[in-house]
Amino acid sequence: MKIAVCIKRTPDTETRVRIAADGVSLDETGVKFILNPYDEFAVEEALQRKEKAGSGEVVAIALGPDVAQETIRSALAMGADRGVLLKADKVPADALAVAKALAAELKDGGYDLILFGKMAVDDYNHAAGPMVAELLGLPCVTAISKLELEGGKGVAEREIEGGVEVVEFALPAVLTAEKGLNTPRYPALKGIMAAKKKPIESRPAALGPARVVVSALALPPERQAGRIVGEGPDAVPELMRLLRTEAKVL
Amino acid sequence: MSGPATTTRGTMAPRFNGVDFYDTASLLSEEERAVRDTVRAWVDDKLAPIIAEHYLEGRFPLHLVPQMAELGFFGANLPEEYGCAGLNNVAYGLIMQELERGDSGVRSFASVQGALVMYPIHAFGSEEQKKRWLPKMAAGEVIGCFGLTEPDYGSNPGGMITTARETKDGWLLNGAKMWITNGSTAKVAIIWAKAGALDDPSSIRGFVVPTDTPGFSARDQRGKLSLRASDTSELVLQDVKVGKDALLPKSKGLKSPLSCLTQARYGIAWGAVGAAMGCYEEALSYAKQRVMFGKPIAGFQLQQERLAQMLTEITKAQLLVLQLGRLKDRGKATPAQVSLAKRNNVNMACEIAREARRLLGANGILVEYTAMRHLANLESVYTYEGTHDMHTLILGEEITGISAFE
Amino acid sequence: MANVLAVTEQRDGGLRKTSHEVVWAARQLADAMGGKVDALVLGAPGVGAAAASLGEVGADRVLVAESAAFGKYAPDGYAATAATAAKAGGYAAVLVAATATGKDLAPRIAAALDAPLATDVTAVGSAGGKVTATRPVYAGRAIQQVAFDAPVAVVSVRPNTFVPGKAGKPGVVEKVQAMEVARVVVREVKAAAQGRLDVAEASVVVSGGRGMKGPEHFALIEGLAKAFGNAAVGASRAVVDAGWRPHAEQVGQTGKTVSPQLYVAVGISGAIQHLAGMKTAKVIVAINKDKDAPIFQVADYGIVGDLFEIVPRLTEEIAKARTG
Repeated sequence: MKIAVCIKRTPDTETRVRIAADGVSLDETGVKFILNPYDEFAVEEALQRKEKAGSGEVVAIALGPDVAQETIRSALAMGADRGVLLKADKVPADALAVAKALAAELKDGGYDLILFGKMAVDDYNHAAGPMVAELLGLPCVTAISKLELEGGKGVAEREIEGGVEVVEFALPAVLTAEKGLNTPRYPALKGIMAAKKKPIESRPAALGPARVVVSALALPPERQAGRIVGEGPDAVPELMRLLRTEAKVL
Repeated sequence: MSGPATTTRGTMAPRFNGVDFYDTASLLSEEERAVRDTVRAWVDDKLAPIIAEHYLEGRFPLHLVPQMAELGFFGANLPEEYGCAGLNNVAYGLIMQELERGDSGVRSFASVQGALVMYPIHAFGSEEQKKRWLPKMAAGEVIGCFGLTEPDYGSNPGGMITTARETKDGWLLNGAKMWITNGSTAKVAIIWAKAGALDDPSSIRGFVVPTDTPGFSARDQRGKLSLRASDTSELVLQDVKVGKDALLPKSKGLKSPLSCLTQARYGIAWGAVGAAMGCYEEALSYAKQRVMFGKPIAGFQLQQERLAQMLTEITKAQLLVLQLGRLKDRGKATPAQVSLAKRNNVNMACEIAREARRLLGANGILVEYTAMRHLANLESVYTYEGTHDMHTLILGEEITGISAFE
Repeated sequence: MANVLAVTEQRDGGLRKTSHEVVWAARQLADAMGGKVDALVLGAPGVGAAAASLGEVGADRVLVAESAAFGKYAPDGYAATAATAAKAGGYAAVLVAATATGKDLAPRIAAALDAPLATDVTAVGSAGGKVTATRPVYAGRAIQQVAFDAPVAVVSVRPNTFVPGKAGKPGVVEKVQAMEVARVVVREVKAAAQGRLDVAEASVVVSGGRGMKGPEHFALIEGLAKAFGNAAVGASRAVVDAGWRPHAEQVGQTGKTVSPQLYVAVGISGAIQHLAGMKTAKVIVAINKDKDAPIFQVADYGIVGDLFEIVPRLTEEIAKARTG
């Protein structure tokens, strides 16, 4: 089974956000970068599907600067077979620009499955996967929490408000992974050593035009300090009054 | 629809981010960082949440052994051809560092398995012995223990009275060992015994003894207030018969077991850094949240001094073991250099654990916080693998050329 | 042309609350640009009947695409229909609500239109003839301002943020073609175990933490939520980890991020990872017996004391306020 997993190098989720001098991007000093947590579920799913099929190949594809090869190596350490870096000094804020580069790479790859994490924890776009599917004319299910594949067909589940959608499709397909789809394996220490020997091809990303322009990045406004209204149940009437007249939420 | 996945492996365990005031991470290779990160994440997810319970109950978390084996923690710096990860010594040290941040007893398991059981088989064993035992030990299928220390011979292992008498078919072993980590769960024991006269330490040899051999028994020592999540046992060998193939052919004299100890001590010097980092992080986090007299206790001078002192000692210890690891990788680390690191790092970790415990106030006596468990554990680490005092004398002899042991 | 297309969402033939929010947001944007608002309703035959109310929140026209295949969400069909309608109408912007469905649909529409996309925005406007948007990134730790360099932009709007007012417009209903392309098929929708109002959608959230002292006491939280009428029950990570409440209710960095009008935190200390999930709520009320609990630093209003006494009293007062 030939599977592509599109991954992203993102800042660690506990990063303290500081704005860079240019006023539109993250100050990367001292920031630790990781494999996007949602992509771990995608990589794990790819590895499990290949193992179930008994043979095949898992290719990890990342779009980003040179240093994103480290992120590709994390996927290789988990067990992916080879990697591809689509080089771009800066990942555009425009998801469609990124999707076009990925689609160009994936188009003739003969993949049975193309997997993504549902979103990246930096830009929160939730877009690259379904955009790639649309560009390639492939079936797509996003944010899947369960997957069954049998004889070239698939059934996936995705959570919606107050329910679960059960979606059917045929392969080849694009799927994006929600947290909980599986339990990603740790890169075993032998895997970390083996990753050094697995091939990573690098080529320039064929990005589409970047038409989402970030004009500013800022820290969110601090909430104004509130106050303690009183003690015990006797403070409730005063709270009610404030919620009604001051906050106007009642 | 859930909110963002923030931890790796999709779990919700709180995460340890390390302590790295001097950016020692930049002195590590990408693989070394990746090794550290895998162990760190595994400890957060699998060890940290269950260790308090095991510590209180005095039970080693045996169920973790297959996971540790699968990830390659055992004998990690031994060659790939024997099923090991083939890592360098810095990466090995990082494994010990991260394991001990979880618990010294669990790190002791890994130290024994790797440095005290797999290492002597690799260093002193025949090719047949290596092939027979090492892959299974790496896979966690065979747990081993290291029988050197005796009830009356701790700091003076050369005085041991366990004997090995050569027979027609093999060897006859008699004696007792004490304070043996993994003793009661081990399938195999590396037993050090004198094959010659009792006053001749050069006659010490190593033997690979299956623990189900008739005459061999192991019993856990009770009443420990330290390393409670670890099995510490007495071993008794009463006319234990083993075949000729039990002897580790290249073992010769006291130097052999001591070289194993040097391996383990190296890992322990790293482990102590992990325990200290864990205590410091916990103390710092607590100090920032705990409000007294209207402000966080982190704002009081005496607590800041505690934290500054802790961070200074950790930073020194990190750079110390990192250079030691690089020397070891070049084949140039001497036992005295390892002694210096073990002595310094374990001592500083004991002090940091104690100071962290004090900073935590009354909460610091609860098992919910890690400081007091580390504090208790580190007392064993201070004493085993060469007591602090013994390492002092090793260094003294190295520096002055004059032995002050007797 | 500065017209805006608002793609609405229905379930079982009824328009979801977010549909009014997205039309309202489109109305604000269209007014800023001097244009009109068309709402697009996709669903099974007969869904057009629900369309009338959209005029009240600002739709000049309501385009209705009906198909037997559109009763449940049909990703490819909805996307193709919306893209076709968008191309025909020459809109400056296409708005979608960033619900589970909207997060799936918006990127498909954008790719089909070859248009730039911004998701989960909290404000939308126009500057120098270009559509602009504001959106949280890095789990809400930073706010991004973006502008679009294209004739049409696709924007998904965060639920519960564009609170609809009244903007009486004709809402003239017109039928448009439903494009029935389907590469995937939603075979069924399984109901969630409890069918409760989702914490990420409710305009009032009442959350309980470790201070509740046990799963059985969550009846107090449920009672207060019920008294509000439109409230969802939320939970801190501690009580979810302890198995008292399901993960779907967890608010926080490893749970859901919510932006309700009112968030009531009961017996929750206010750990940073919890705050990350709720600090964009419009109004925060905290009830805790520890006056030094960090939650009080983020709450607009706090009551210190025994929640087992305070919550029943508050429930009583809220119920009275709603009926009386």
